[in-house]
Parts: sequence; C-alpha cells; structure tokens
Amino acid sequence: MTTDPHPHGRPITGPGAFGDDAQHFWRLVWTLATTSFKLRFFGSALGYLWQLMRPLMLFAVMYVIFTVILGVGDGEPLYGVALLLGIVFFQFFTDSVGVAVRSIIAREALIRKVDFPRLAVPLACVLQALFNLGLNLIVVLLFLIFTGGHLMLSWIQFPLILLMLICFSSGLAMILSAMYVRFRDVQPIWEVITQALFYGTPILYTISMVIDKAGLPAARILLMNPVASAIQQARHAMVDHSYDAVGNVYGTLAGDLIPIGISVATLIIGLLYFRAAAPHMAERL
Amino acid sequence: MSEPNSSSAAVVVEGLSKSFDRPEHQVSTLKEQVLQPFRPRRSRHLRALREISLSVERGEFLGIVGRNGSGKSTLLKCLAGIYRADEGKIWINGSVSTFIELGVGFNPELAALDNVMINAAMLGLSRREAKQRFDAVIDFAELEDFTDLKIKNYSSGMRVRLAFSVMIQLDADVLLIDEVLAVGDAAFQQKCFDEFEQTKQKNKTVLLVTHNMGAVDRFCDRAVLLERGRIAAIGEPEAVAQRYVDLNFSPAARTAAAKAESAVNLAPDADDILSGDGRAVIEDAWFEDSDGKRLTTLTSGADVAFSARVRFVEAVRNPIFSVTLSSSARIPLFSASSEWSKQPSGQFAAGEELVWKVKFKNALGPDRYGVTPAVTLRDGATLAARERIGSVVVTRTNPGPLVDIPFTQQLLRSTPADANQG
Repeated sequence: MTTDPHPHGRPITGPGAFGDDAQHFWRLVWTLATTSFKLRFFGSALGYLWQLMRPLMLFAVMYVIFTVILGVGDGEPLYGVALLLGIVFFQFFTDSVGVAVRSIIAREALIRKVDFPRLAVPLACVLQALFNLGLNLIVVLLFLIFTGGHLMLSWIQFPLILLMLICFSSGLAMILSAMYVRFRDVQPIWEVITQALFYGTPILYTISMVIDKAGLPAARILLMNPVASAIQQARHAMVDHSYDAVGNVYGTLAGDLIPIGISVATLIIGLLYFRAAAPHMAERL
Repeated sequence: MSEPNSSSAAVVVEGLSKSFDRPEHQVSTLKEQVLQPFRPRRSRHLRALREISLSVERGEFLGIVGRNGSGKSTLLKCLAGIYRADEGKIWINGSVSTFIELGVGFNPELAALDNVMINAAMLGLSRREAKQRFDAVIDFAELEDFTDLKIKNYSSGMRVRLAFSVMIQLDADVLLIDEVLAVGDAAFQQKCFDEFEQTKQKNKTVLLVTHNMGAVDRFCDRAVLLERGRIAAIGEPEAVAQRYVDLNFSPAARTAAAKAESAVNLAPDADDILSGDGRAVIEDAWFEDSDGKRLTTLTSGADVAFSARVRFVEAVRNPIFSVTLSSSARIPLFSASSEWSKQPSGQFAAGEELVWKVKFKNALGPDRYGVTPAVTLRDGATLAARERIGSVVVTRTNPGPLVDIPFTQQLLRSTPADANQG
C-alpha cells in the first residue's frame, strides 16, 4: 500500500459504484452471485432439475405448438435446437435484468449498513444468470449433438456473441436497478416490456420468416435489438449456416456494428447512470 | 486496508454537513415523472448534520449521545461511508468496523457461514481470511449449534449476537457502533461491556452511539452531545450526560410532555395496549409526591406514590391490583401488588370506583420506565390491564446505575492491629 499523503489517514468519501480495488470488487460480485446461486440450487431437493425444467418445459410446449400443430419450423434445419437456443438466451436476458431491477431494494439490509461498491449488486445478478445460462447451454449442446449438429469453425464466434449479450444485459441491469430506487413503477413497466420483447424477438420464428412475410426493413429493425441479433447470430454460427447471419440481413458485415454499438452504448450509459446514483442509494431506500 | 500512520488522530471530521430531501410522498413513480415532468415535487428539506467538526484520538472511547433525530446515526453513517456528506471532510486512520442499525447486513435466507463470507467480501477480505474468521465469530457469538440454521430462523437476540461478533472479530482499528446496548439480554449486554473493556486495553478507537448514560459514564473518555445536528456539548462524559438529561427533561421539554397528556397523567406511550375481559376499567393512572402533587418526572431517592383509578363494570369479589415498572430495555424492575396483603380487597359493586395507591421510595436510576397496571383475580383472570399505559422518566443529578438499593457499608480489616485490639 502506498503511503498516505494526508496526515489524518484515509479520506472517507462515501459509497461509490466501483470501490477502489478491482480485486475486492470482483470477489464481492463472485461471493454475492455464488451464495444466491447456491441458495437457489440447494433450496429444494431437485434444485438443478427445476432450474432446467423451466426452459425445457417452455421449449416442449412451444415445440409441440409450432412444429406439430402450426408447422412453423418445417423448412428449417434443426429447428428444435434453434428454438431451445433462443429460449435459453432469452431466459438469460430476463433472468439477469429482471432480477437486477429489484436487486438494490432486495439487498437493502446491506446497502443501509455497509460501505461497499454498490455496482456489485446488479452485476452479481448478471453473473448468477450467467451460471444458469452455462448449465442450460450444456443441455443445448447435448441436444445439438444428438439431433445431428456438428462442430463448425464458426463456433469460435460464440464467446463474442455472448459478450455482446452480457454487455447489453449488464447495462440495462445497472440503469433499471438504479432507477427502481427512485421510481417504484419501473418493475411492472419492465415486466410488460419483457413480455413484448419475447414476441418481438425471433425466438419462436426465424428471421427468414420475417423477411418473407414483413420484408427486409422489418427484419433489420428487429435485429437492432441485441438480444435478437445474439440469438440469430448464434443460430447461424452454432446450429446451421442456413440461418441468416446478422451481417447478411443488413447486407454488409458492418451491419453487425448496429447491435454491438447499441450494447456498448447501453453499457456505458448504465455505468454512468449507476455511478451518479450510487452515493445516494442508502438514503433513498 | 490502509495501515495506521503516525498521526495521533484516529478520526478527523471537518465541517461535516448532511441534509436529506424527504419527498412528501414516499413512493414516486416514473409515470408521474413522465406525465408531469415540470411539476415541482414537494419535499421536506431536513438538515441532519450542520458543520460538525470533531477529532478523536487513537485509543479514545467517544460516546455520542443526543435525543432521537439529533443526527447521531447520520454522523455515524457518514463516518462509515454509507452516506456521502454534502459538505466537509472526514479522515479515518486505520481499518474500520461498523455496527449500524442493529446489524451488519444479513441475508435472512442464508446460513451464518454464507452471511459471514458475504460480509467479509464486502469489507475486502479474501476467502481464506474470511474462513479463518468464521470460527472465531461463531465462538464469540456462542452459536456453535446453529451454524447451519438460516438467519431468518434465528431469534432477534441471536441475530444481534452474530452481528456484534462479526463486527468485533474484524479486529479493526476504529469501531463505529450504533445502539448495541438497546437490545439483547443482560448476558449479552455484559458481553458487550466486557468487549468494550478489551477494546480499551487494545488501544482501539471506539465511537459509540447510545442512550445508555451508564455506559457513557463507565466507558467513555469523552462524550459528544448532538442536538438538531449540531454539537451541543463535548467533553467529560459525566458533564455531557448531565447536559443530555437536562436537555431531555428541561422545563420546556416537560411542559411539552405535560401538554401531550390529558386523561393520563403519564407521558402517553405509543404501545399502550388495553387487555382484560372488561369487567373493570383502569380509568387513570399517575404518580404523585408525598404532598399528593402529580408528577411527570420522578427523582431518584424521593418518596413517591403510584395511583390508579379503577371502575368496576360488574360486581367483583377480591380483585388484585398490581403495577409493574419496566426499564427502557423492557426489563421489569419494580412490581407492586395487593395480592400478598393480609386483608382481601373485598366486594365491589358494578359501577363502583376506587383509587389504588402504592407508596414507595424511588430506588430507580435515571431512565424511562414503562408503567403497566392491572386488575386481576386470584384464579388468573384479568379484569383490566393497560400494558405500558404510559411511561415515566426518572432523573437524578448524576448518571449512575439503574437501581439504587439502599446500603450501609463497613470496613473489616484483618490486620495484626485488629488482633491486638481483641
């Protein structure tokens, strides 16, 4: 530790978003995330199974309705895997942001009593959702292998796709959790938006159906949503190349920059907004 | 954590101010904000701290006293870094451990181990340090048999014990403690006292917010009295404690208290609970001095009387009258009852009224006492009871213990001089 220039010791400036030690910060995020993850798993006897049941049940219902009854996925190769991948990605998004919205209020006891980097709270929610995503992706991967998917060079895109999704989710988690401290109707509003987004994202349908039925501009607007383009690009890269890459829909590889740019912008706005709100969170609870 | 440097001051506060804007409506909505973005939002500006300057020496035990809302807890929260000050500067020399609002922030769904780990992570300890600390924490809190139990299933006493233990076992240089003495049983309070002795010996700096003037007198090297966010007095604990008592029970405060009371001549208590089957009603209760003058505050050592006026709704035979005075920590300290008198109280007709009077020499020390009168029968039925019908304040010129039991004392020397005399 460097010598303190001030004769009285360390100045106390009040709580902030990040704290002054990155290692402490990440350890705290990790501890908060792992403890609540454990809580969810060991809370019930079949914890892991229940965790998997949610996306799998939704998948089973959707699969029956859309392929058997409506025949949506008929022309698409490996539609089942593509559908499951979409559900799992979207669940990560709703898990992380939906839980983060209420996180500051839920951790009220900590916020009111301890000076710690406030940002750790919403980020721990994102990390916990990431743990769940990891477990769900194992199932997706098994599904992919057993239904005839095969290893492709384009799989290396996956970490980048995931990174974009994490940036977007984290940004929204920061903005909404900080807003919720002041405005208590943020949560119901967000629930409605989430519901709309579920149908506004190519999860049940594919982007090629949008292009066929509503035209290319509509597809391009849909893919500006980072969640939508993450799912679409993952289907292209991981499942089968017949799913359009995001760049193809925009007609140029530079089209990828639109959802990436929106994700990065959301993250930056989130960081700035949360940093401004962090010092006064304890007194506004 | 930074190492303490050579300066002798552990905590320095310069011109600290803090205010809060409390909105009139506690919950504001985004809808409101969007629909009426320019409508001025009504809020109350509350100045909690005004230009506080203070310096605490290393190893000093500082008591912070003041009435509710005087800014004590806000000051501590600013020092703990939980609130950001509006103006002024704070420096702390060395590591800090805090105990705020009866706890250190637990997640009720988690077991003790997970909570201690989270707490450690928040304070910046590594996992290994945290695990090492855990055993000491549990040991000190005497919760060995409950480590797997979720905090939500702990009793409130167990929770406070764990929280206090977490704070103490951090072994920090500066301890910021808010109202630890207001909760817990006598054994826990004793443990706190023992720990305070220890911290003094270890030359740690302690800032203790408390209403317990006995503790201020016993442990503090110096005390600060806050009033409306300003330092009203600072210095010798005894003098400051006296100022606090004066402030609380000044003529102005007393008339205000007297105004507040109408039917009941005691300071009305928020948790006056009426119970009983209604066969009798306690209409009024008050304290009076030996001349029969009603009192709102009692002085230690004086002869006083408690009186209750009771009206019977139905005919009752041999009712028992009783009253209990409990300290602010809700420990019953004095009980009087007609149960053990030689003569049964007799037959009372419906509608009959009587005044029951208990005379006693007030051996109680300075504190606020809850008063609970009751009318019962020998078979255990309760005719009327008013749990904490009101409270009465006992004052004395110098702060001291909670009870003043009359005593005599002598010195019995067993020296050869004694033997020679015999």
